[in-house]
Amino acid sequence: MSSKTKNLPAHLALPAPRRLNNAWRLRLKALALPALIILVLEIVVRVGWLPSYQMPAPSDIALTLRDLAEGALWKHISASLLRVLLGFAIGASLALVFAAWVGLSREAEAWLEPTFAGLRSIPSLAWVPLLLLWLGIDETSKIVLIAIGAFFPVYLNGVAAIRNIDRKLVEVGQMYGFSHRRLVQRILLPAALPGLFTGLRSGMSLAWMFLVAAELIAATKGLGYLLSDGRETSRPDIVLAAIIVLALLGKLSDGLLASLEKRFLAWRDTFNGHSAED
Amino acid sequence: MTEHLLDIRVERKTFAATTVLNNIHLQLLPRETVSLLGPSGCGKSTLLRIVAGLEKDFQGELRSRAGEVAFVFQEPRLMPWLTVEQNIGFSADNHYDKAWVAQLIEEVGLGGFDQTLPKALSGGMAQRVAIARGLYSRPQVLLLDEPFSAVDAFTRMKLQDLLLQLAERHAIALLLVTHDVDEALYLSDRVLVMDNRPSSIRQELAVELAHPRDRRDPLLAQLKALSLTELQRAHVI
Repeated sequence: MSSKTKNLPAHLALPAPRRLNNAWRLRLKALALPALIILVLEIVVRVGWLPSYQMPAPSDIALTLRDLAEGALWKHISASLLRVLLGFAIGASLALVFAAWVGLSREAEAWLEPTFAGLRSIPSLAWVPLLLLWLGIDETSKIVLIAIGAFFPVYLNGVAAIRNIDRKLVEVGQMYGFSHRRLVQRILLPAALPGLFTGLRSGMSLAWMFLVAAELIAATKGLGYLLSDGRETSRPDIVLAAIIVLALLGKLSDGLLASLEKRFLAWRDTFNGHSAED
Repeated sequence: MTEHLLDIRVERKTFAATTVLNNIHLQLLPRETVSLLGPSGCGKSTLLRIVAGLEKDFQGELRSRAGEVAFVFQEPRLMPWLTVEQNIGFSADNHYDKAWVAQLIEEVGLGGFDQTLPKALSGGMAQRVAIARGLYSRPQVLLLDEPFSAVDAFTRMKLQDLLLQLAERHAIALLLVTHDVDEALYLSDRVLVMDNRPSSIRQELAVELAHPRDRRDPLLAQLKALSLTELQRAHVI
C-alpha cells in the first residue's frame, strides 16, 4: 500500500442521525436572521413607528399574498416564468455555442471576440428602446431582452472555462492521439463544466433582472407588471408581495441549477469553508 | 544481433535560436531499462517527447519496432472527474476492458480504490494510477518523465520497486528521464549522463547488477561517484 493513505471524507463516515441533526441545525441557522427581521418589522409597524401605508406589516403582506394567490397571481407567475425560461434558453444556448467556438478556435476568437467585446460594453438595458421600436411591446421584445441579458455571462464564463483548462490534461489526450472531437468530449467539456455552471447560474440571475426591467416598461401581466401596478395604486403590500415571489422564483431556479451543479461536479476538489467545529 | 526496440538519432533540435539537443544517438533493447540523467532544462524531456512522437520537429531519425509506446508524466495528470478505474481505462473511452483494469489496480496495489475519485488519493497513490494507465495499452516501451520527482523519498523508493516489478512482469522496456542519480542507478541497466545545453550524451554507464538490487550496494556508490564527477565536469553541478 501507499505510505500515505487518505481517509474518506469525514462526512461520509458519520452515522445517519448526527447528519440529520446537522442538516436541521444548518437550516435553523439559515432561518434565524430572516425570522428576526420579520419579527422586528411586525413590531415596529404594529407599534406605529413606521406608517403602514409605506411599510405594511409582514402579516399584512402575507394576507395580500394569499388574496393574490386566490386570484391573478398564478397568471402573473406563469407569464413571467415562461418569458424567463424562453429568454434564458435562447440566450444561454446561443452563448454556449459561441463560447465553444471562440474558446476552442483561435481563428474564431480573432473574428468574433472583438465584436462581442464591443457589444458587451453596451449596457444591456440600452437595447430597450431599440427593441421596442423594432419588435413592438409584445412578447418578442421582452424575450429578446432577457436573452441578451443571459447571453453575456454565459458566453464570458464559457470562454474563460475553456481557456482555463489545464494544458497538461489536454496533453494526455494528445498523447493518446485523440481526434479533435474526442478531445472535446473526453477532456475539454468535462474540464470546462465548473466554469460553464458558473456562467449558467449568473446568466439565470440576469435573466430574472431583465425580466423585471422588460415588464416594468411595458406589460399587462407578469410579476414586473404587478410591481408597477402596486406602485400606481399606492399598494406597497402588493409591491412587496411581488418582490417576495420574485425572490422565491429566483432562488428556486438557482437552486435547481445548483443541485445539477452539485450532481455533475461532485468530483471537484474544492475548499468548502471552515465549519464551526474546526 | 539483438533487434532494437527504439533507435533514435537526433542530429539537432532547436527551439527558436537555442539548440537544445545536439548529436544524440539512443537505442533501447527489449526489456531494457535506460535512464537519461541530467539537470532540469537540459533537454531530457524534449528527447522523451521526440521518442513519444509528441515532438515531430527535429533533425534526425526515429526508428521504432515497439508496437505500443506509453508515457507517464511527471505529475499523475488524472482526469479529476473520472474514478480510478475510468482513469486507467481512459484511452478506451467508456468501453475499457474491466477485467484488465481490475488486474492492473491489484498490481499497482490499489485494490478497493477502483471507484475512488482522484481528489481522495495521495500523491503516491495517484502516481500508481498513472502508471496503471500507462500499462493499460499493453506497451512494449514505457517512457517516464521524472515520474517520482513529486513524491516523498520513501514513497519514491516503493514506487521504484513497483515499477521494476511491473516492467519485469509485463516484459516492458523503460526509458526514464530523471535528475536523481540514485534513482537512475538503482533502476537502470544503462545510465546516460547528459551534458548541459546544447545537450548530448556525455557518458554511458552500464550498471551490471542483477535485480532485485540492494540500494546499499557498493557498486552503486561507486557508479554514483563516477557520474557525479562527470556531471561536475559538465558544469551541471
